Amino acid sequence: MPRVPESGSDATTTDVPPGEPVESGDLSRVAADLAADAHVRASRWDQDGGLPDSVRKEVAASGLLAADLPERYGGAGLHPLALGEITARIGGECSALRGLLTVQGMVAAALLRWGTEAQRADWLPRLAGGELTAGFAATEQGAGSALGSVETRIEASGRSGHRELVVSGHKRWVTFGAVADVFLVLGKYEGRPAAVLVDAERAGVRREPVNGQLGMRGARIAHLSFDGVRVPRRQLVAPPGLGLSHVVGTALDHGRFTVAWGCVGMAEACVEDAATHAAVRRQGDIPLGDHQLVRSLLARAAVDAAGARELARRAAQARAAGPGHGVSETLMAKYAAAAAAAAGSRDAVQVLGSAGCAPDSRAARHFRDAKVMEIIEGAQEVSELHIAERLLRRFGDAARGTDRHVRPRLPGESP
Amino acid sequence: MNDVTSQITGFLSAALRRRVEPDDDYFAQGFADSLFALELVTFVESRFALTVEVEDLDLDSFRTANRITEFVRRKTGAPESGEAHAEGS
Repeated sequence: MPRVPESGSDATTTDVPPGEPVESGDLSRVAADLAADAHVRASRWDQDGGLPDSVRKEVAASGLLAADLPERYGGAGLHPLALGEITARIGGECSALRGLLTVQGMVAAALLRWGTEAQRADWLPRLAGGELTAGFAATEQGAGSALGSVETRIEASGRSGHRELVVSGHKRWVTFGAVADVFLVLGKYEGRPAAVLVDAERAGVRREPVNGQLGMRGARIAHLSFDGVRVPRRQLVAPPGLGLSHVVGTALDHGRFTVAWGCVGMAEACVEDAATHAAVRRQGDIPLGDHQLVRSLLARAAVDAAGARELARRAAQARAAGPGHGVSETLMAKYAAAAAAAAGSRDAVQVLGSAGCAPDSRAARHFRDAKVMEIIEGAQEVSELHIAERLLRRFGDAARGTDRHVRPRLPGESP
Repeated sequence: MNDVTSQITGFLSAALRRRVEPDDDYFAQGFADSLFALELVTFVESRFALTVEVEDLDLDSFRTANRITEFVRRKTGAPESGEAHAEGS
């Protein structure tokens, strides 16, 4: 096995430079301790049924979850860049644990943006304080990238004077779905996309834990069934019609942001493991790192990781302008970081050789998890469509000269 | 076309890559992709210095450029007489 430093090396982690927000000091230390713990235990979580409830509750109590929520809702008001750094630190050790941050952040972001004041006051402090673990239930058997095709039904209940809703349908691949306390569920209300919060303890909620999938094995993933689950109508988030474009859209945007930073951490961890091994491992009389082909793998992985980090930083800076900003930058960062993590982990396993194939290999776990990152929160190919669409807008519009007198700069578009 | 409406149709035309007239129902026309709705909200908030709350969100207020103009005037106009203000401007 390669020697692995206790914490990230200077070569692969970047301290927040002077002038950047530093209010995250305490939480950064909490994240560093958590990452050190995960460094030792993540392989076991991956192999033995997932992140233990005790660890999940510890993380929840630490204040790390949904820490970018404003203080008035129990959050730490974390700057996107500080949130990103924390997410990378944790993601570099364990994607399942990073997934916990991601999902809680997604549901919190959607509620912060599109919840009523009563909903925000009711739910957000419990999410930020870790009293509740959230799940995000959008994907169905027949609806992956095309979430507009979901078949889950959200209906007004006739027998309660329409003060209740009845939720029926099947959801798949819900991260922490096996243990979450509340789900943000995407369905259709009178044919229109709608989002509703469904408490896990309500009658008719059934969970089917998933095991043995390619990656994210520690993330307590479950398929869910909602069999006529009754919830108060006040748990509907935003009016029907806006559940996908606004509520789920906001959640996915936030998810892409933390997935991007998690992938930055994975890519950097893989560079660290591969370079450490190449520096100390000898085959015959020759250090592995003296082979040009090995150096090529290392160099490319390092450049990919550094590029992904810069795109993630750019996204963080754009998001600092407030909710709704940085959507395009975030999409691009997630795309690049997932690719960097996927390629970097593949090459790290290659450089590590048999050690990279071992059951407790961090690079091997990242290799499996990074492939999942190329699929979730927008598959790579879907991201390419969106990125290209925005290019066509910018340059097509400029070339045609249409509306030039009022031509706005699109949100997230570079000057 | 007034200035608010022309700024909105300018954004819409650029974002949807086709000429959008003040009364075009661009959602119904199916040209919007899944990021567009959020971009539109952010544009309206940034350009007209207002905050779109969930209470403001019904499909109708964002359905056409003219509807958005009415919405912007309601949000930025005098608190007690938004409609009258809109008529007068």
